Amino acid sequence: MIEPSSVIQMRGIVKRFPGVLASDHVDFELRRGEIHALLGENGAGKSTLMNILAGLYRADEGTIVVHDKPVNFSSPRQAIQAGIGMIHQHFMLVPSQSVTENILLGLDHPRFRLRLAENERRVAELGEQFGLKVDPKAKIWQLSVGEQQRVEILKMLYRGADILILDEPTAVLGPAETEQLFKTLRGMTTQGKSIIFISHKLNEVMAIADRVTVMRRGKVTAADVSTKSTSTAELARLMVGREVLFRVQKQPQTPGPVVLAIEDLTATNDRGLPALQKLNLQVHAGEIVGLAGVAGNGQRELAEVATGLRRAASGRILLNGENLTNQPVRRAIARGLAHVPEDRNRVGSSPNLSLTDNMIMKQYLQSPIGRGWQLDAGEAAAFAQRLKQSYEISAPSVETQARLLSGGNLQRLILAREITAQPKAMIAMQPTQGLDVGAVEVVHRLLLEQRQQGVAILLISEELDELLSLSDRVAVIYEGAIVGEVTDGDIEKIGQLMTGSV
Amino acid sequence: MSAQPSAPAQRALPFRVRFVPREIVPGWLPALVSLGAIVLALLIGAVILALVGGDPIAAYAQIARSSFGSVAVFSDTLVKATPLILVGLACAIAFRMRLWNIGAEGQFFLGAWGASAVVLIPLVSNTTSPWIVIPLMMVAGMAAGALWGFIPGILKARFNVNEIISTLMLNYIAIAWNNYFIFGMWSEGGFQMSKTFPKNAWLPRLADYARSVRAFSGLTTHLGLVFALVAAVVVWFILNRSRWGYEIRLIGDNPRAAQYAGIPIARHTVLVLMLSGALAGLAGMSEISGVVHRLQGQISPGYGFTGIIVAWLAKLNPFAIILVSILFGALILAGREIQPSGIPKMIQGIILVCLIASDFLLRYRVRIQRVR
Ligand SMILES: Nc1ncnc2c1ncn2[C@@H]1O[C@H](COP(=O)(O)OP(=O)(O)OP(=O)(O)O)[C@@H](O)[C@H]1O
Ligand SMILES: [Mg+2]
Repeated sequence: MIEPSSVIQMRGIVKRFPGVLASDHVDFELRRGEIHALLGENGAGKSTLMNILAGLYRADEGTIVVHDKPVNFSSPRQAIQAGIGMIHQHFMLVPSQSVTENILLGLDHPRFRLRLAENERRVAELGEQFGLKVDPKAKIWQLSVGEQQRVEILKMLYRGADILILDEPTAVLGPAETEQLFKTLRGMTTQGKSIIFISHKLNEVMAIADRVTVMRRGKVTAADVSTKSTSTAELARLMVGREVLFRVQKQPQTPGPVVLAIEDLTATNDRGLPALQKLNLQVHAGEIVGLAGVAGNGQRELAEVATGLRRAASGRILLNGENLTNQPVRRAIARGLAHVPEDRNRVGSSPNLSLTDNMIMKQYLQSPIGRGWQLDAGEAAAFAQRLKQSYEISAPSVETQARLLSGGNLQRLILAREITAQPKAMIAMQPTQGLDVGAVEVVHRLLLEQRQQGVAILLISEELDELLSLSDRVAVIYEGAIVGEVTDGDIEKIGQLMTGSV
Repeated sequence: MSAQPSAPAQRALPFRVRFVPREIVPGWLPALVSLGAIVLALLIGAVILALVGGDPIAAYAQIARSSFGSVAVFSDTLVKATPLILVGLACAIAFRMRLWNIGAEGQFFLGAWGASAVVLIPLVSNTTSPWIVIPLMMVAGMAAGALWGFIPGILKARFNVNEIISTLMLNYIAIAWNNYFIFGMWSEGGFQMSKTFPKNAWLPRLADYARSVRAFSGLTTHLGLVFALVAAVVVWFILNRSRWGYEIRLIGDNPRAAQYAGIPIARHTVLVLMLSGALAGLAGMSEISGVVHRLQGQISPGYGFTGIIVAWLAKLNPFAIILVSILFGALILAGREIQPSGIPKMIQGIILVCLIASDFLLRYRVRIQRVR
């Protein structure tokens, strides 16, 4: 048997940020043609390590060898010249331009004339070759998240990348799109590409990866783990450093009166097409109602209309009997409607402001932080400090900019903020997206605690497991209406309802 | 595919210069870089002066003397800085919310007009106490400036009209509006200016107190400077210690998050542009009542536009705006004193270019490496 050749070797990588040692003498090896998963808790340093490999950050110490040549990248451009392309969690595409234009963006090659037709053909061919189907003429804003991700991958392949880094690619995908992506990735490895895959979903890692490297607090805690000889429980233990309970303990509880009632709600989406069509839903105090559905069936619009961010065309939203339909967002907040938005970077937080500024978003009008027209900076900082501690948000200080938080820590921040507002009802959309197994456990516990305290929770998620284990009832949304409800955890029935085949 | 760290240029040199993006900007760096940029600009200016046969040291000494050389000229520098501070603050507060108000010039003119209207309509008589006249002029000037901010504000809030275009256009309307009055209604015997204001509409100057404090004699610094300094403190408080300032920061950084937090963006757009206009209007009032003492065409050598630069160079920090305004005030003043007057203008230009270019050093680190 020939020794599989390694395409990347990172040795003794050290990266310090003010107050954090994000990478502490990390060794990492990638072999040709493998899919290598990088696992680790939120803030373990996975993205940092990969950003170093992709030329976005420079390591303070350590060496990188790519294809047997030592390299020292100072820009992503140099990394891509060496064949390394990274697909980030937030896509970097221009919404108003076409797929092909986005792919050509920033290239030296078509210098003056774009020769769109010719390049569109090449993009289509490339898509064909790797099973990444997307219309080269389509504008980015017309594409689903899964399609946009394909464009990002195509962009890297077009630039000749043979090593692809995917940072939490499946966090934004539904099960069908995930399956599609995996097929593509497997196809690419047979064509000689090597792939690094970051994910928090252990069953995905088991399904797609050949080998796993586990990180914790900037260090590698297990390397060269073969997925053939391990289990999800074992991986979870390596990651978190303790046993993880995959099943949550839900106390039986009789729900109270109706808190959140949605009646005959109709609304349109961003493109002016009907998104909600006479939707009816009730959530009782102390109850978690799960909302299942294939992405794009009106979930986001429902959350937005209910919280006042989007106008309802008709119908009503009642919170404890008070009509909140088309009322200012501030009214809903004041009445105790919490909202964990789907997009934590673009909606849920303000990237260049400090943690403190982000944490007081829903509290700054109330004393002690807000006093008349004043904002008490001291109280705000103290409040932020308390939240940071009790929700274990790891960051150098509360003055740190929110954009520097790892994905999971930002999600914790948002949950902490929404929960401390002591809501009556909460609409949580994908609350565990991008969280490590330990953190998922924490979020589930927090949600159940809220339920225990009588909060009415509408949980919108694409993870059926999560919905089933947390919810008292699961309602299914299809084309903007509730098409059925399941209380006995019948996955089959949910699946049928989701595809509208009942 | 080979790994080539950098383009193989500059082989002739034994070293190679590389620019590495900075991940972290230390807090002290911006001030240091700005200072360095000013020093570099002065050196470049010196070289140019020497090349054209001038004596750079003498020229600089002359500029320094004519703007900082004595209490009297420093007082004149402060007079020039006063409107710049106010206009710089006006721009800063709008820019914090990413509202690109480039209409401070027009708001300045309208503020001057509003203040003049109090005297010229006339709403007050020659004998009314200055304790009534001056506050009335301030209110009128600020209100007129605020109106000039309200228009683009409401257009933006209601119809999403780009404020860059609307504020720019309103500048021309403001100047034409002023001209209508100085050529017509308020013209002093056909000249393109109004009559001189009565003394009760003059802002007190230091010189007015020369009787009691001898050292004040001849000093032109007027009460407007106090307005400007107070305004700087107020703006700092608004931006950093008020609920409103928090909301402005949030809208400026991420409007969608602000909306999610329940902040009424449209209302803030109108209010912030009105406050911005009011500050620029106060600058106009202070200039009319403290320096010119009549309404005329030539009341601003482009204060409204210089204010934009001042606000940027001060990184929108109210206290830094005071310092930058004094520097610019000094250069404006030196331009009047020195022949040829182009020299301070040139130096001002070089300082600007250097300061703007120096921003690069905040984003990139320069590394000089030996070629192996
Ligand atoms: N530019 C930066 N400046 C300062 N600190 C940073 C920066 N980038 C990352 N960090 C910190 O470094 C640590 C590692 O972050 P990183 O994003 O690599 O984590 P991660 O493993 O990708 O986590 P997640 O699973 O939550 O995405 C975190 O504590 C984070 O706050
Ligand atoms: Mg990450």
